[in-house]
Amino acid sequence: MAYSNKVIDHYENPRNVGSLDQNDPQVGTGIVGAPECGDVMKLQIRVDEQGRVTDAKFKTFGCGSAIASSSLATEWVKGRTLEEAEQLKNTEIVKELALPPVKIHCSVLAEDAVRAAIADVRRKQETRTGVAAGAR
Amino acid sequence: MAQKLIYLDNAATTPVDPRVLEAMLPYYRENFGNSASRNHQFGWVAEEATENARKQVAAVINADPKEIVWTSGSTESNNLAILGAARMYADKGRHVVTSLIEHKAVIDPCKFLQSQGYEVTFLQPNNKGRVSVEQVREALRPDTVLVSLMFANNEIGTIHPIPEIGALCHEKGVLFHTDATQAFGKVPVDVEAMQIDLLSLSAHKIYGPKGVGALYVRRKKPRVRLEPVIYGGGHERGMRSGTLNVPGIVGFGEAARIAKEEMPAESKRLAGLRDRMWAGLSEHLTDIARNGDPQHCLPNLLNVSFLYVEGESLMMGFSDIAVSSGSACTSASLEPSYVLKNIGLGDDLAHSSIRFSMGRFTTTDEVDYTIKSVVRTVNHLRAMSPLYEMAQAGIDLSKVQWQHH
Repeated sequence: MAYSNKVIDHYENPRNVGSLDQNDPQVGTGIVGAPECGDVMKLQIRVDEQGRVTDAKFKTFGCGSAIASSSLATEWVKGRTLEEAEQLKNTEIVKELALPPVKIHCSVLAEDAVRAAIADVRRKQETRTGVAAGAR
Repeated sequence: MAQKLIYLDNAATTPVDPRVLEAMLPYYRENFGNSASRNHQFGWVAEEATENARKQVAAVINADPKEIVWTSGSTESNNLAILGAARMYADKGRHVVTSLIEHKAVIDPCKFLQSQGYEVTFLQPNNKGRVSVEQVREALRPDTVLVSLMFANNEIGTIHPIPEIGALCHEKGVLFHTDATQAFGKVPVDVEAMQIDLLSLSAHKIYGPKGVGALYVRRKKPRVRLEPVIYGGGHERGMRSGTLNVPGIVGFGEAARIAKEEMPAESKRLAGLRDRMWAGLSEHLTDIARNGDPQHCLPNLLNVSFLYVEGESLMMGFSDIAVSSGSACTSASLEPSYVLKNIGLGDDLAHSSIRFSMGRFTTTDEVDYTIKSVVRTVNHLRAMSPLYEMAQAGIDLSKVQWQHH
């Protein structure tokens, strides 16, 4: 099975590989998948006071399509608000990377990773506002 | 293809040796006869050719030429051996012994037998892929008619204790079948010394053409009889009907002749390349593991797990090198290799494994180039692997609560 040029490009030159401080209150972390399934994605976002994604990083264990899906997802969520980032659909990833049917699960995993990261940062923010309100 | 590709997947198939192709060509052209035509020159020439090839193949395994039955390949040979023996000796018993890491061409006929009311014992090999003679002894029952264990495993290269199992089977009066597809032409195979009753062979793994194989069927002590799987004109002593693939068989014979002649030197050379590959990878990479049994293995095969990176993405990093992966990310099932799982590798390690299989045309330079490419790719992928990052941070990956997809 041949890979699309875009998958190869993301594989060879992955965007935004790396890690953000998981304990930073501005950072949301999503880890999805399992080693025995052959895919684990860690996707992190940093959100500013206005709720906009200023940075995104990923690390992925998985096939080339999984790496490309998560790399692309980090590119797309940067600059978006959390509400906008939440709209990211796996079908857009499938289309952009020209993923074949057997690789659709890679795009689903990337979408799940984005959602998990958003949920994580929201949880942190709620806790913070909760703490702040209680202190008042 | 613009760039030169390196082929390290010789356990999957091999290129036809030019000498083999040369030997075959006349049998497509002027000597095109049907070897079953008894009344004219065309048939006689074809028959002489298939009988000569029969001698050549028999010589490699120390068999009588009359004991060779031509087939379309090892899958057919395995089906004929297992289904043919089980059906022929059904009155004696309906129990078969095999292992969990056989090729699908053995496992699936055995499963079919189960559906027909037979009982099959699937032995669990040790963590190096080896079944012991004691395990076989314990599995034998009064109604056991057949033991089928591969000579060497196609994914990890482990060689079972074949002579010991053969002796046990003969002592107990049970037929012994072995799928020698991978071993044939690489390690000595002797049906007499090893007391083998049925043995499957394939031409395309030894630089012969695809679509040709053979089943060795013992004629004396004991005389093995098989119920055919394919019925028709009664070719091959009634065991396998169908017009013989004369050019293919000629090619198989020539490939066997070359393999026998070159095996002593070639096996040493291949083992040297295999050891060079392992030494090179071990020198430059941490967290890698060799799968299989280094003490009992094929000279040309090396199966390695590269921890924290996934096999398919690894192969993508050296797309100019052809290898196989234990990961089945490309298949619909997403299930990794059952062979690796059944020797106790976790699914994660099975997903991280690569099989390198060297061949007659593999050079030292190719091995060295491969080592460099693999090392570079593993480092590239570990830099983006969350598992590697966690392991470096001292996290026990087996204790993490993963979100199963």
